[in-house]
Amino acid sequence: MAFFLQQLINGVTLGSIYGLIAIGYTMVYGIIGMINFAHGEVYMIGAFVAVIVFTVLASVGGMGVVGGLLLVLIAAMAITAAYGWSIERVAYRPLRRSFRLAPLISAIGMSILLQNYVQLSQGARIKPLQPIIEGGMILMDRGGFAVRLSYIQIFIFLLTLALMAAFALIIAKTPLGRAQRACEQDRTMAALLGVDVDRTISLTFVVGAMLAAVAGVMVTLYYGVIDFFIGFLAGLKAFTAAVLGGIGSLPGAVLGGLLIGLIETFWSAYFSVEYKDVAAFAILVIVLVFLPTGLLGRPEVEKV
Amino acid sequence: MSAAAADDFLPRAAKEAAATALMVFVLGVLIVGARTFDDGGGHLAIEWRMQVVAMGAALAALGRVGILFWRRHDPGPGLAEKWRPAAAALDRRMGWLIWLGLGFALALPALPFADRYVVDTAIQVLIYVMLGWGLNVVVGLAGLLDLGYVAFYAVGAYSYALLAKTFGFSFWICLPLAGILAAFTGVLLGFPVLRLRGDYLAIVTLGFGEIIRIVLTNWVDLTGGPNGLSGIPRPSFFGFPFTANPPEGSTSFHELVGLDFNPMHRIVFLYFVILALALVTNYFTQRMRRLPLGRAWEALREDEIACTALGINPTNTKLSAFAIGAMFGGFAGAFFATRQGFISPESFSFFESALILAIVVLGGMGSQVGVVVAALVLVVLPEWFRAFAEYRMLVFGAGMVLIMVLRPHGLVADRAPTVRLHG
Repeated sequence: MAFFLQQLINGVTLGSIYGLIAIGYTMVYGIIGMINFAHGEVYMIGAFVAVIVFTVLASVGGMGVVGGLLLVLIAAMAITAAYGWSIERVAYRPLRRSFRLAPLISAIGMSILLQNYVQLSQGARIKPLQPIIEGGMILMDRGGFAVRLSYIQIFIFLLTLALMAAFALIIAKTPLGRAQRACEQDRTMAALLGVDVDRTISLTFVVGAMLAAVAGVMVTLYYGVIDFFIGFLAGLKAFTAAVLGGIGSLPGAVLGGLLIGLIETFWSAYFSVEYKDVAAFAILVIVLVFLPTGLLGRPEVEKV
Repeated sequence: MSAAAADDFLPRAAKEAAATALMVFVLGVLIVGARTFDDGGGHLAIEWRMQVVAMGAALAALGRVGILFWRRHDPGPGLAEKWRPAAAALDRRMGWLIWLGLGFALALPALPFADRYVVDTAIQVLIYVMLGWGLNVVVGLAGLLDLGYVAFYAVGAYSYALLAKTFGFSFWICLPLAGILAAFTGVLLGFPVLRLRGDYLAIVTLGFGEIIRIVLTNWVDLTGGPNGLSGIPRPSFFGFPFTANPPEGSTSFHELVGLDFNPMHRIVFLYFVILALALVTNYFTQRMRRLPLGRAWEALREDEIACTALGINPTNTKLSAFAIGAMFGGFAGAFFATRQGFISPESFSFFESALILAIVVLGGMGSQVGVVVAALVLVVLPEWFRAFAEYRMLVFGAGMVLIMVLRPHGLVADRAPTVRLHG
């Protein structure tokens, strides 16, 4: 029981991170119907910005943990927002009227480009970071096995919840959210009614990138090591999460992220660590075969 | 161009250049400008390189102004339009060019500049040509986006390695077996997923590619795990080995034909084997396109609903394309294993899948000649860039984006169905 509870906590933490990345996939897919393959790299860049800013702060000093964290979050979000915008502008916008596979190929190229760009400028070795938020609380101690809930995990839950709430509010209440939903339903009609479609799509990429950046900061804090390759697998799993939840559905992305995080954690805990990635993909295949629209997705009717 | 527009140009260009420079600066300020490195004590330290960022921003601004100037003086059709006459002219001479290329390929090992390095690179190119042609069946003809094609390549390679090492089968027995096993894997993987829509299929195949790689890495008893399999038997010339000192009782190739021993013999032999395999792949797919099944593939690519209405079973048709594509991947894998003599999961990463897909797409999906051109570009260019080995992959990724943006239908576009009603 104690072991189970511990795995549950770890799984939800990991799932929160996947969920934040998955939102970026699901939003972009909803609005332009393409898989933004480079999204995982944006998350990786967010993690790198976090490591760099933490290192700079450590060498300068004179800033508390809270101030430092805030600064890191702002820096990571600002810089990845620029990346999200540029990626769309350079690699996807020229291809918007092209055939369906063109943006996906371009996205794969972009992903390779960004990975190597970071590897060249920051080095191929892993980047360790000293723990920033330490300590935690012991929830239960039974038979020598203590269930720990660390402060960093609490921080991740709270931040994820706050972001989700803010994000849901943006989509539901603001003009940007309205424009975004309009473009999702019918881009041509939205344009006719005066919605600036290009701007809306750009902003969708920016918002998605910012959420991925937060996920990157969290991963840096949680694991303490990153390298230039983390974006690939995390991106793949977050996409799996988006599909599992029903692509195009925002609550679905979060739910899918949590499920993937839990499945991965429990699989590693009870079966084998080596095959945890296999478990995630196997789930993806099973869901797609038996539930092609995902858990919360709307069925898509293809018209002749 | 009117005077007013001309007057307008400079401020606009300045503004755009400034915006570009600012953007590049923001992009680079931390990732490029602050390099983190280990200070030796397990902590990170920062090395500032703002001059690099400033240089990048200045270059980007200059580039932006350059593009604006170019567009202003040449507001005509885009780059793709300009290519069209050249492409059409190329098309008319295509028949000649194909024979010329084939003649060149056959004569290559005899040409004066063909040293070991050149032939080795040519083998490399041909492997990718063959993989490209195999994947072309799946992506180009049937319109199924497969991001895990490397899985079949891996199955072929490991099948050959294990069969040859465990049972001592020769290359020519293992080759069809490897193809059959890969095709079987294709059917097995394809069966549950082929009813999915395009993008989903892409991700699921990508997942399968990763699963195969993870299994190869972790099933240490069978596959040797991350260390891979070494000592894979080399091919022999139909039973006559390419060795200086053949084992007792057998004749080596150089004794058979009465030449002095030369290690090039084996490489040239390998070259002709892969050339033959690639040509068989090409011939087979070209014939398939004329069969009802091949027509069904292309029809499915164009409109699945119409096909279903006409009584074509989409799942079986797709499955056949998937299996045939997988079979050629398996052949190529077996060849790869025998050529390298050593295989490990590292050779079958997602990057290989992306590279093969890039070859198919950049070549213009469905075009056989395009695959050759794209394979040449994508394999030979990085060889030239070997001096800048670090930047190879960066250039590769940038090239992929650039070619897609400038020529989204590939270098040699040929997507027209083989038959068409009403022109």
